[in-house]
Amino acid sequence: MASKSKHFADSPPARVRSSAVYWIVAVVALLGLADATFLTVAHLTGDDAVCGSFAGCSTVLGSAYATIKGIPTAAFGVMAYFTLFSAAVLAAFGYTRVRKFLFALVAAMFIAALYFLYLQAFVLHAFCPFCLFSAAMTFLLAGILVALPADR
Amino acid sequence: VIRVAADAREFSASMKRFLPFLIISAVGLLTIGSAVEFYRVKTRLAPAPAGGPGGTPTPAEAPEDPFLHARGPRNAPVTLEIYGDFQCPSCALVSQAIDDLQKQYEGKMRIIFHEYPLEMHKHAMEAALAAEAAAVQGKFWEMHEMLYRYQSVWAEATTANFFFESYAESIGLDVARFRADRTAPDVRARVIADATVGNSRGVKNTPTIFINGIELRTGFTKDKLQATIEAALAPKKTS
Repeated sequence: MASKSKHFADSPPARVRSSAVYWIVAVVALLGLADATFLTVAHLTGDDAVCGSFAGCSTVLGSAYATIKGIPTAAFGVMAYFTLFSAAVLAAFGYTRVRKFLFALVAAMFIAALYFLYLQAFVLHAFCPFCLFSAAMTFLLAGILVALPADR
Repeated sequence: VIRVAADAREFSASMKRFLPFLIISAVGLLTIGSAVEFYRVKTRLAPAPAGGPGGTPTPAEAPEDPFLHARGPRNAPVTLEIYGDFQCPSCALVSQAIDDLQKQYEGKMRIIFHEYPLEMHKHAMEAALAAEAAAVQGKFWEMHEMLYRYQSVWAEATTANFFFESYAESIGLDVARFRADRTAPDVRARVIADATVGNSRGVKNTPTIFINGIELRTGFTKDKLQATIEAALAPKKTS
């Protein structure tokens, strides 16, 4: 009896916590998705007024690195964040198979974010706040997945 | 009763199975919807080219800011932006070099002109307003050319506006409208907005040139410009 009650006390919170981690990942991915969508549309309209008074922002958004083979770099961000959001929702609903994929995707996004930070800091010598926000979201996602326990 | 309960359980189980996909689809639709709406709001000022919205616009199809003074294809591998003052002599020289280069790199180069009238030039602001007023009638580049070609004529005049009106007439503008637009507050606001963005990008003098967003600091002779353009084109060729 005692062992049974112990079993019940232990396992459900662990499960709840694991799905909660994926819900947090999904919410952060949504923020990244909104940011990347905004940047993509701003790029397509050719409007660097989104930069406001941030110095150097137009330099980043107007640079050769703002597109990859004619596709706005931010559009890849939209795809990545949307895929991540989908994977996180599925993971939260107990689809355990997507979890490995989710980790791999965040790892890839982490590397991409580092590369874009490098470009801004050392090649363009200019920063764009929306790009920095996206990088921050990716670092946050990586941090969440590394720090919080989730069944893999 | 048992069957109804079983049906209900089955229904709730199947709902649970579909729920994640429902959420994902909803977010997907919401993203596409808000992107399209945001795009429409951003481009509402554009003189709507027929066709209407359909599918995701590619950069080449996307309507442009009607007050962005740009020549050359939107997806050109090299974009040269110049912050210019119509009364600055070196701007007139470099503008000629740029014209030549654009002919030479036809289809590969896009030129964007930004207003940056300097206070030290007494007619620079008036000239910028004249160019913007011409832009309202879709003839920015024609006025741009006239202003630089006859710079030495109007720069020293007491009333430069007299010359500007004659240029407006010769390039076929509606002069009455041109005169009204030249003093319109929104036209002036556009010049100031252009220059303000310039300030935020670190522009201090004219001409200031950006090639693919990177400020050119090597000087503005045709050879130096060409070398930078070649360098900008080179990695694209190999990739």
